[in-house]
Amino acid sequence: MSVKVRIPTPLRKLTHDEELVQIDAATVAAAFTELQNRFPGIKERLIDDTGNVRKFVNVYVNEEDIRFLQNQQTTLKDGDEISIIPAIAGG
Amino acid sequence: MEKATGFMKALKCRECGREYPLTANHVCEFDFGPLEVVYDYDRIKIALTREVIQSRPKSMWRYRELLPIAHEPTVGREVGFTPLIKADRLARRFGIRELWIKNDTVNYPTLSFKDRVVSVALSRARELGFTTVACASTGNLANSVAANAAAAGLKAYVFIPSDLEQGKIVNSLVYGATVVAIKGHYDEVNRLCAEIAGKYQWAFVNVNMRPYYAEGSKSMGFEILEQSGWKIPKHTVVPMASGSLLTKIHKSYQEAAKLGLVSEAKYHIHGAQPTGCSPISVAQKAGLDFFKPVKPNTIAKSLAIGTPADGFYALKVMKETNGHADDVSDDLIRQGIKDLAECEGIFCETAGGVTVAVAKKLIASGRIPTNDSAVLCITGNGLKTLDAVVGHVGETREIRPSLREFEGLLEAENRSVNA
Repeated sequence: MSVKVRIPTPLRKLTHDEELVQIDAATVAAAFTELQNRFPGIKERLIDDTGNVRKFVNVYVNEEDIRFLQNQQTTLKDGDEISIIPAIAGG
Repeated sequence: MEKATGFMKALKCRECGREYPLTANHVCEFDFGPLEVVYDYDRIKIALTREVIQSRPKSMWRYRELLPIAHEPTVGREVGFTPLIKADRLARRFGIRELWIKNDTVNYPTLSFKDRVVSVALSRARELGFTTVACASTGNLANSVAANAAAAGLKAYVFIPSDLEQGKIVNSLVYGATVVAIKGHYDEVNRLCAEIAGKYQWAFVNVNMRPYYAEGSKSMGFEILEQSGWKIPKHTVVPMASGSLLTKIHKSYQEAAKLGLVSEAKYHIHGAQPTGCSPISVAQKAGLDFFKPVKPNTIAKSLAIGTPADGFYALKVMKETNGHADDVSDDLIRQGIKDLAECEGIFCETAGGVTVAVAKKLIASGRIPTNDSAVLCITGNGLKTLDAVVGHVGETREIRPSLREFEGLLEAENRSVNA
């Protein structure tokens, strides 16, 4: 599946300032792996030692928080957009 | 040339401890942890004594060494130092020895505690050279950013959920801010703002300016301490949306003790949420140190944050201080608003109703013992959330301008009282 990933400011050093990245992946987990292949080091910023999305990272597929979907198992279809957003904001 | 930083030393990640310069930046680029301002407490201890504080004007800036700006404040100089009211009639109604109301319903200029955080964020934004400010808001923050930006001559964009109370929408528009109403929950507004903040070089008070902004809440805690005769209250009940205010009240008590402004004492910080948006309260009651995000559905729209940024730290503070969280239904929120209004003559917004009703619950359950004293943080004014209480607080008695009709009304009233 060809999907777009929005990269947040704190990670753009790793993506050489690319803000929107096009990748192929069938699930959110596969998308993270694919990102890691393209931009080494990015996965450990997003995923903690236990394999979960880091406490202060929110991930959205088409504007829905993946915790309301199937987390990293959330499946993707062509044209989906993944947003990675720092959790610490607002309030 | 070294730029002046006042009593601030750096920004520091709360998770990994990495330090960053004092710019508009809120997230650690390694683990996404929140950045927090580090102060030079040794210098502050010399500069800031009770005598110095008491010699200053009655505003939140009497504690300015503990607020994150490099120079004198340029926005919101009159904010804060709201009354701490001894609420004897409410204490009797709830069956507790002593209750105090920290009354930010009359905070200047926009009648909520948000003026505290905004005056810090905008003063700092100006120091950093910004001319456009913005926020993601459940209403009160939007009002405060719009008003304070207008007074400071800054351009303001405020982003709110489109279903907000009329009062809160008008209260942002009137100051000339660009008000963007998003079709969605606050959490969606917040997500969009995080993306906008990454793209436009604006000072988003609760996104890239958040380390400075959030510190402004400490002033409410410092005032409670000073107005309590420089003592830490045994119990403090705080409403929770993102959970930030609760963590900063705790921090203010700790800083004051560290600087010798108050004696160390055991205290409990309790958190209040509406049942229709209670991720932190649910987690606390289940003994968890993490929360599950929710989709909000409550009349307490100012607390309707389903993914609370500081939820994790709020849980930690309650655990450390042996505090409790609880949550209350929409009906109990309205009853809480009425209890405070009928007993103390203070009309608070729905978030205040949440705080009052949760305090009542904690007293009834013995979490706050009846022979103790508690401070309730009342953060916003009831005139802004009229929609939530219209039709629930009684009705007018309509008569023609006739003495006979008036006396008939009195008689009927006496009959119903005596019945």
